[in-house]
Amino acid sequence: MNKPVLGLVLGGILGIFDGLSAWFTPAVRSQMMGIVIGSTVKGLIAGILIGYFARKVNSLALGILFGLSVGLLLAYGVCAMQPGPNHYYFEIMLPGGIVGTIIGYATQRFGQQPRAIAD
Amino acid sequence: MTFLSDSALERLRVAADAPDLTGTRYHLLGKLGQGGMGGVFRVDDSTLEREVALKVINVAYLDLSARLLQEARVIAKLEHPGIVPVHDAGMLPDGRPYYTMKLVQGKRIDELGKDMGGIADRLRTFLRICEPVAFAHAHGVLHRDLKPTNIMIGPFGEVLVMDWGLSKALAAGIDSAESGSVAEDCAADPAAVVATAHGSVLGTPGYMAPEQRNGEIVDQRADVYALGAILEFLLQDAQPRVPARLAAIWRKAKAEDRDTRYASVPDLADDVAHFVDGLPVSAYPESIVSRIWRWIARNRTWILLLLVYVVVRALLILFRPR
Repeated sequence: MNKPVLGLVLGGILGIFDGLSAWFTPAVRSQMMGIVIGSTVKGLIAGILIGYFARKVNSLALGILFGLSVGLLLAYGVCAMQPGPNHYYFEIMLPGGIVGTIIGYATQRFGQQPRAIAD
Repeated sequence: MTFLSDSALERLRVAADAPDLTGTRYHLLGKLGQGGMGGVFRVDDSTLEREVALKVINVAYLDLSARLLQEARVIAKLEHPGIVPVHDAGMLPDGRPYYTMKLVQGKRIDELGKDMGGIADRLRTFLRICEPVAFAHAHGVLHRDLKPTNIMIGPFGEVLVMDWGLSKALAAGIDSAESGSVAEDCAADPAAVVATAHGSVLGTPGYMAPEQRNGEIVDQRADVYALGAILEFLLQDAQPRVPARLAAIWRKAKAEDRDTRYASVPDLADDVAHFVDGLPVSAYPESIVSRIWRWIARNRTWILLLLVYVVVRALLILFRPR
């Protein structure tokens, strides 16, 4: 499995899990479907971006940093889109950053690099 | 009657064994070492303008000339980065056969000692030793004299298996006793070479499989035994303490009964590679608890990150504003 695909799969799985955990917040239970879908899409986008970065840059530290940044940024985007006064910045961005970190670590450590082709 | 002293005799023997390179393209530069039946010299190849190693049979073993040329042919057919390449072979003006090979500027692994690094470095070196041996076996050749003094580490970390003088083709139906029974003459010196009644060498005690010592038919498992002994040698002064799983690997390779040893060098190398990767090894059956514990140790960063995520999520849920 190459790194972008690994990022995609991992991001999708963690995104689903992330979305499902919103069930523990009664105020948003009515929006569960949208939250899960949104969280999954967020996870997929984060996964493919971080996976593509890992394909280009071979550095565990930079990969983790990039993952954390992408996770926080996408989570911030989700928070900003929240209607009403409560944007749940902390509740969304903190786990989002951790998910990005996990994907960043995984794509740097695992996943196949593309084979070099001689000219 | 005047008798020659021992030192004078020794000087005469050295002079007699020095190769006569008159009329050849080689010029003698010095002596590199002495093997069982031949010496290895550093010579200059005037045609290619490089230094090479020249192996020539000693005067006392002229009747084994065919073996030296056979050794050269065996090595020449084994083209592998871990096997010293043969450049040339022929007969010297004094009638002795010779062959030239790459001059390896490095150290034998018995000379490296603590310079070999920790356990992981030593295992990686061991895996690189297994490669040319497995290659030779795949091409039907046994080494039969694997030992630390026959393995060199080159200047760029390359591993070279040397001295294929006892090598033999598997298909030829190997009999380690060759032309007669084995006469053991190793006495107090564990590094001494076991000699046959014919005078040729057949292995080194400590690295010789029991079936080889007993003059039985040998196969690739004899080299597996020697590699097990080499693995034990590599790890004897390694720090930290050698884990039980790793010790089990060399014990299995050095099993007295060859049917309980690894069947081949790749099997041995696979178990060592599995150990390096933190995977189960065939030589050491583990309980399910040990396997789970090792899986956790191998993936601790993963597990820690996921644990942090779960804990953070749980805390956010528990302490969310109501």
